[in-house]
Amino acid sequence: MTALLSVKNLTVEFTTRDGIAPVIDDLSFDLAPGETLSLVGESGCGKSMTALAIMGLIPSPPGRVASGSISLAGENLLQAGDTRMRAVRGNDISMVFQEPMTSLNPVFTVGEQISETLRRHQGLTRRQAKALSIEMLDAVQIPLPTRRINDYPHQLSGGMRQRVMIAMALACRPKVLIADEPTTALDVTVQAQIFDLMRAVGKETEAAIILITHDMGSVAEMAERVVVMYAGRKIEEGHVDDILARPRHPYTRGLIACVPHLLETVSAERPYLQEIPGMVPPLSDFGFMGCLFAPRCDRVETRCWQEKPKVTQITPSQSAACWNLQEAKVRVDA
Amino acid sequence: MPDTPVESTTLLTLQDVEVSFTLKRSSLFAKPSLLRAVDGVTLSVRKGQTMGIVGESGSGKTTLALAVARLLPVTRGQIHMNGVDLLSLRGEALRNQRRHMQFIFQDPYSSLNPRLRAEKIVREPLDRLSIASTSRRDDRVRELFDQVGLRRDQQRLFPHQFSGGQRQRIGIARAIASNPSLVICDEPVSALDVGVQAQILNLLRRLQEELGLTYVFISHDLGVIQHMCDTIAVMYMGKILEEADRESLFNTPKHPYTQALLSAVPSADINRRNRERRIMISGDPPNPIHLPPGCRFASRCPQVEDRCRVDTPPLVNIDRHHRVACHLVKAAG
Repeated sequence: MTALLSVKNLTVEFTTRDGIAPVIDDLSFDLAPGETLSLVGESGCGKSMTALAIMGLIPSPPGRVASGSISLAGENLLQAGDTRMRAVRGNDISMVFQEPMTSLNPVFTVGEQISETLRRHQGLTRRQAKALSIEMLDAVQIPLPTRRINDYPHQLSGGMRQRVMIAMALACRPKVLIADEPTTALDVTVQAQIFDLMRAVGKETEAAIILITHDMGSVAEMAERVVVMYAGRKIEEGHVDDILARPRHPYTRGLIACVPHLLETVSAERPYLQEIPGMVPPLSDFGFMGCLFAPRCDRVETRCWQEKPKVTQITPSQSAACWNLQEAKVRVDA
Repeated sequence: MPDTPVESTTLLTLQDVEVSFTLKRSSLFAKPSLLRAVDGVTLSVRKGQTMGIVGESGSGKTTLALAVARLLPVTRGQIHMNGVDLLSLRGEALRNQRRHMQFIFQDPYSSLNPRLRAEKIVREPLDRLSIASTSRRDDRVRELFDQVGLRRDQQRLFPHQFSGGQRQRIGIARAIASNPSLVICDEPVSALDVGVQAQILNLLRRLQEELGLTYVFISHDLGVIQHMCDTIAVMYMGKILEEADRESLFNTPKHPYTQALLSAVPSADINRRNRERRIMISGDPPNPIHLPPGCRFASRCPQVEDRCRVDTPPLVNIDRHHRVACHLVKAAG
């Protein structure tokens, strides 16, 4: 398997009042063509920052890519100039943001906004771009696309706006689509529609998808592989079924157990939820020598405070960074 | 109104409650249009239990909660709590009633006064409602801080010095300060990080056990509702479409909307994932200002029939603890 997008030893540093903090700390992962990979973690774990680094949109200053490489089909994006990156963004890699309300321009019609992408990146004429925009709106299942193309964002519902964002992101048939919490602002029935759409359109355009989320349910629904992040570091990686059934890092385990998942059948019994005590450490603690999860971990030992955990390869596809890996839970009922 | 037998353990009853808003006229001669945010809701909440209200945005769940707390005027209907007619209360009587019903808001960032110290925020209801003697109030504040899991040395801090989860703890301490019997929780964990949600949900459960609180719990998150509530009402466009106890609702959902809602939730539960039975509902909810006649859900319902677009189905009992408003579901007896 050759990777389409390959992030290697990426470190992104931000200058804060307390000094330099590595918001992404030695992160590596690969994305295969057509694959859906999910980045999971609480807010402040560096998920969105990873997306921005791939897009070449890290605000500088205060941020800068300190080391590592991001290569797309063999080309190192960190060495690409501004002009080249402008061509890559939208064309090869595009992004869907969390808030469809704020990421569309309120003074242009949605047709104009999709057309702009097409004309800029593909050099289409006005007429060609319009025709293709209508086609894209149709592809994302917006009814009456020939009429809707003249609507302004405020005339659309939240779900419709997110469809427009997806249409815009996929208009140039990118190789990689990054979706940053694409359904957090939406209702659950609309979320299901958007996920279905992303799957269908992703398959059709053969785009690889990076889904950023904090919701393990969405991960289970969408992703094939999962990278769990904590405080800027990758702490576990694996196939979605392995991660859900046999999480090895205490944080992954906590992240799955602390959410009241909807169960297929409920009984009268209702245990308390398992808590992850405390919260994500502040930026000033990032880059700490030991394990950053140690203050919240129930299996912490002396070594966790002193040394950064080594990555253990558990199976060819699953790895975790922890000094005290949990035993694989044997599922009795399966 | 058919009289429903009021059980001795019932704390709160709502009878045919309607909350409407008059919208701005589009022109000088146009008739002002009416938005029925809550339309004929009848519910009863039992003492010491949690009544969940679930629905998508715009379904009227928050409006209903605000109306019960007398924070919004009710257009029609009756609300009784412990035999007291809430809607007839005015002035001092209403203020006195407020100590029995308190509210926990969704956003712990905007619902705390940024200029007050945490202890003052928690103390405010005691001062306002003249609860306990002035000297006792300091002790009570300390006790409340312990109860919600905040440290005493945090009492003098301002809201911005707390994290989201800690702020929600302050909001909870404030809500239980006056020893209320009813606490209305409006999306209490939606604004919080996943890791912190469990801490707050567990705290709410523990306080309920310790203090015998009754909750009206509003959420759009079905997982949270399933975990927290004893009885659940599903709302859609201002109406209750289905109401049942926890096990009936989740194990045998009857209304097509409830079924679709449940099947739309992505879940990490392996048993659920393996059962591929997705009910997709297309489109968005209808415009609440010009509602078509008939069932509110007709425009998106996968099982819609002609009569659904004509008659509004009433909410009827299909068994003792299960009510459904759908033409396709048979009523009991």
